[in-house]
Order: sequence, then structure tokens, then C-alpha cells
Amino acid sequence: MTSTLPIVDHPSAAREFVTNEPRSHWHDDSLWFVRSKRDKQAQSIPEWEYLREQASTIKNHTIAKLPEYLQQFEANATRLGAVVHWAADAEEHNRIVLELLRRNDTLRIVKSKSMLTEECGLNEYLIDNGIEVVDTDLGERIVQLRGETPSHIVLPAIHIKKEEVGDTFHQHLGTRAGESDPQVLTEAARGHLRGKFLSGEVGITGVNFAIADTGGLVVCTNEGNADLGVSLPRIHIACMGIEKLVPRFQDLSVFTRLLARSATGQPITSYTSHFHGPRDENSELHIVLVDNGRSKIRDSKTFRESLNCIRCGACMNTCPVYRRSGGHSYRATVPGPIGSVLGPAKNAKAHKSLPFACSLCGSCTDVCPVKIPLHHQLLAWRKVLVGKRLVAWNKRMAMKAASFLFRNPTLFAAAGYFGRVSLKVLPKSLTHNRFNTWAKDRDLPEPPKESFHEWYAKNRPSGAATASKEERS
Amino acid sequence: MSEAQSNSRQIILDRLKGCIVDAPELPTIDPARVIQFEDRLQQFQDTLASVGGEAHLVNTPSEIREKLQTIEVFQSARRIASTVPDAVTPTVDLATIDDPHALSTLDWTIVRGEFGVAENGAIWIDGKTLPHRVMIFIAQYLAIVISRSDLLNNMHEAYARIGTPDPGFGVFVSGPSKTADIEQSLVLGAHGCRKLQVFLLP
Repeated sequence: MTSTLPIVDHPSAAREFVTNEPRSHWHDDSLWFVRSKRDKQAQSIPEWEYLREQASTIKNHTIAKLPEYLQQFEANATRLGAVVHWAADAEEHNRIVLELLRRNDTLRIVKSKSMLTEECGLNEYLIDNGIEVVDTDLGERIVQLRGETPSHIVLPAIHIKKEEVGDTFHQHLGTRAGESDPQVLTEAARGHLRGKFLSGEVGITGVNFAIADTGGLVVCTNEGNADLGVSLPRIHIACMGIEKLVPRFQDLSVFTRLLARSATGQPITSYTSHFHGPRDENSELHIVLVDNGRSKIRDSKTFRESLNCIRCGACMNTCPVYRRSGGHSYRATVPGPIGSVLGPAKNAKAHKSLPFACSLCGSCTDVCPVKIPLHHQLLAWRKVLVGKRLVAWNKRMAMKAASFLFRNPTLFAAAGYFGRVSLKVLPKSLTHNRFNTWAKDRDLPEPPKESFHEWYAKNRPSGAATASKEERS
Repeated sequence: MSEAQSNSRQIILDRLKGCIVDAPELPTIDPARVIQFEDRLQQFQDTLASVGGEAHLVNTPSEIREKLQTIEVFQSARRIASTVPDAVTPTVDLATIDDPHALSTLDWTIVRGEFGVAENGAIWIDGKTLPHRVMIFIAQYLAIVISRSDLLNNMHEAYARIGTPDPGFGVFVSGPSKTADIEQSLVLGAHGCRKLQVFLLP
């Protein structure tokens, strides 16, 4: 989004979600179910780690040679009859799309899922300019009807319960009040969206992979909505970030094996569509290449690998913080671990709390199909944010105090002593006060009787004696 | 390309070229390291079933027709598109249709697939064999006919077999259209076909 975002404080944005305990658990369980399916699929491929290695190397290579591959892609796509557009930022991307629609007197578009258009705020922009925008992915249609944003990049409506979908459909699609059967609700959406597909004048899709050596592009869906959306109208507009390239057609084999398995635990998506040029001589294929901050990330040695992301969402499904706090708490187009790396790269101030919404458990790094060292990058972001003085004052002061304490052994020992004593005697009302946010949902530990120093001083002589005796014998 | 856009093209490329990055070599997949199956046919059938498709072993095109006749939604189908006329006679003449919107009421589509992939139950359909590409997405039910001798192990073999793609369209279809967007409950038949039948000829 191009407008200035409010500065997000993840803990306060997550408060409502985490305090609704049953719902937080329900969300956690839903995503863990997806994560388990992913594990099963990953384990069914003996060469899984080999594939991850290959994918990571291919992506590192592509991002390094990005200018060459972009030009190669442009030349090949143009040769096939597609029109390639370049957009430096979100605003320009939106303008290009609108201009294409205006030129063709378009009033209604059908759109399949694209996190890039979400990032650019395309829907709002087009609607403001009088275009009817219909998201055709069921999950996206649900959040669109509810006036929300997706809370997950693969499962946009994962935060919504079927009863709530029932209410939304009752209100907008006229289904029976109280209907909550997913089968019935999906059927209603199918009928509703059929009409939209048939009246759509232009189909807009995202791009999962673009291929430099052929000039083609690949779109993966389970619902077939991208295909229905672009094979009826005459014009197909495909919007993609410049990092979506792979060098060779054969590289798709690696990525199509990894993507759906990592995302939803399926062996491949139901439809993996390959577009090489427009449908026929009467049709148009427009490809919009968008930078919007990506080239800046590429400049950074530390964060460059985040451009390898193929948007499978596996890091979100496994993240203990994401699973319990919900996608909306990140207030970013891409939430979860990868979103917490990309967000501050776009706007460090607005997203400064996101790298801290992480326990550094490393699970995201373990599941990432392209081996982005996500938790290392999140830690690296913390250092950057401290350097930029973008860390909350209480955290900064606490760190300063801790650093002072660690540098003064006497003070450290004294603080330890007072800590142990006061923990023993102070009433809970004093230790669990409103200034101690750490203790909000935790109990403080039972204080040990003595410090490690004291214990060591007591135990060292005999230990040393044993050692020297052994040496003598 | 407008002037502003050609400017942006230059700006983006300049920015990228301004930062030179060491590139690792592009790897080549070692065929000995990727999955192979003792019984590709069995694997394909099992995987297809796991993604919601139904496989049928047949020996002649007429057997396809016989199998389809046992399916209720085929018996009642009125608008059938078929590019495999020796199995199913079409009731819709695709050659006379200019506007793909006219196919919105298709009940069934029967098409030929080029090959199947055992590891994921996907079938490659070459767009050139489709008079209208929408026919495989818009029909209520889809049947694909492939040959048992055209089953590959994995996606590496699949892309090698396609080689250099021709201009146009091609799609891997693995199972019917589906969604799990409502509380992770799997529902078949989101926008595309409600069911997928795959007929395996010798």
C-alpha cells in the first residue's frame, strides 16, 4: 500500500486474538494440521533435502543475475506476443493496470489470488476508479465480501469460522440463515462466481513462476479460478514481482515439486498452468514487472535471500507466534516469519516490532523450501533496528541496564542476591504488576537457594582435588 | 511502452546492475537422485485417488464409453464436448463456436492428455489439442484419456519430455477443482470440474 501505514505494535495488535483463548487454539490447530500434511509430503520424497538445496541455489543464482534474466524474459515474452510493462513502485503498477482497463473500456474484472496486487493495493485503487473488482479465489472472495484483508498468503480466510462464512454468504449471496456446511457454502460461491467469470471483461492473475529462457509464466491454483478467469475474456493481465523468475523451463520441475507440498501438503496443485503468449491473435497478454522495493532488498547481503521466497506460506503454518496471534496482528500484506523480514525492509519504522514477534525457534528456517535462513534474518533485523534506534525505549533502557550489570561482577552478584531474596518474600501483587509485561501470562521462576557462583565456590575444592588425584594415579 | 514506463525499466535495470552479486552455478538435477517407482501405474492410480481423481483401466475407446455410461451424471448430460470422438461422440460442435462464453453450459468435457506423472497424479494437457482452453475448466465434469505407456516417474522427467514449450498453453491437471478455504474442509468442485475421471488406455 502506498499510503503511510500506521506504526504497528505487534503485541497490542495481537492482544484481541490471543486473549480469545478458544479461538487462538482453534487457529493454532488448523495451521498445525496443514503443517502436519506438509511433513507427510516432505517425508514421502527421499530427495526432499536435495530439492531444497537445488531450489536455493537456483534462486541465489537468479537473484544475482536478475538484470540479465529480466531482459531475457522480456525479449522472449515479447517474441511470443505478450506486452511487458515495468513498474518501479506500487503506484505505477496500479496506474499501468488501470490504463490497460481504460483503454479497453473495462468495467468488470475477475482476479485470481496475487499477493503482489494485494501489496500494491490494486483492488482499492481500481474500485476508487469505478471498476468492479471480483476476487475469485474462494478464501479471498470471503474476505472481500467481509471487507477484510487476507490473514494468510495461501489460506486467506484461515482466521474465519464456517459459521461466520455462513453469515457473510447469507447476507451477500442469499444462502439460508445459519447455514455452515462448507459443501453447501462452496456450492453457493460456485454459482455466484460463475456469473462473475462470465461477465468479467479482463482477467487479472498473479504469477508463481516466470521463465527467462522461454518467456512464459506459470500460475498454480487448486480451484481453477485463474484459468476460468483468463480463458473467457480476451485480455489477461499478469502482475509479478521481479523476483519471480527462474532461468530455465526445466527449473520448474524443482519448484512445482516443492511449492504445493510445502504450502498445503498436496503433491502438486490441481492446476499448474503454463502461459506462453496470448491465447490467439485476437487476445492480449500483458505482464507487469514490479520492483516496489525488491531491488533495494537485493542490495543487502544480509537480507538478499528473502527474495528467494516462493510464497508457499510454510513458515507461517509452522510459526508458533503466527499460529497463536493470527495473520492480521502483523498488519502487513505478507505476515508471519517471511513477512517480518520483508515488512521492515519496505518500511523499518512502520514494521519495527515484527522481527520481535518471533521466539527464534528456527522452525521457519527448517521448513522453508528454498532455505531462506529466516530466523537468522529476524535476528539480524533486530540488530539493524537497534542501530536505527527504532526499538522501544523500555527495551533499550533494559538492554543498557543489563549491559551495565554484566560488566560489573560485584553489582551482578548483588543484584542476583536481591533478586533471589525479593522473589521469595515479595507478594505476587507486587511482582505481577502492570509494568511487568513479561509476567502477564507467566509465573516467575522459583528462586534458587544460592547463586551458581556460591555453588561453584562450595563444590570446586573437592572437584579439583578429585581431578588432581586422578592425574596422580 | 509509454515514456514513463521505459524510464522505469531503465531505473529498475540500473538499480539492479548497480549491485554486482556473485552467482553460484546453475545446478543440474542428477536423475539418479530423484524418485523412481517400481510400479508407475499403481503409484499413479494411488496418487490420483489421493487428490480426488478416479482412474479406470480400459483396453479400448469403446470401454471408456461403457464406463462413462455407468455414471449417473454422464447419463443425464446433455452438452458434451469431446476431442476423443472414438470414445465419446460430442453433442457440442466446438468448431462452430467462436466465443468461449458459449461453453458455459457444458456438462462434460472429454479430452486427451499427453502423459501422466506418477509422483503427483498430474496429467499434462497440451493447449494445442483444445479448440477452446476454457472447455476443461468450465465443464461440470472432466474426463481425460491417456495411455498407460505414457506414465513418467516425476516432474523432472515431465519437463524434459515437454522439452521447449511451444507458444500457447499447457496445464498439469491433478484431480478435480477443489478448495479448503472454509475451515480447512476439503470440498471438491470449487469453480472447475466437480470430478475427474482418468481413463488409462494400453
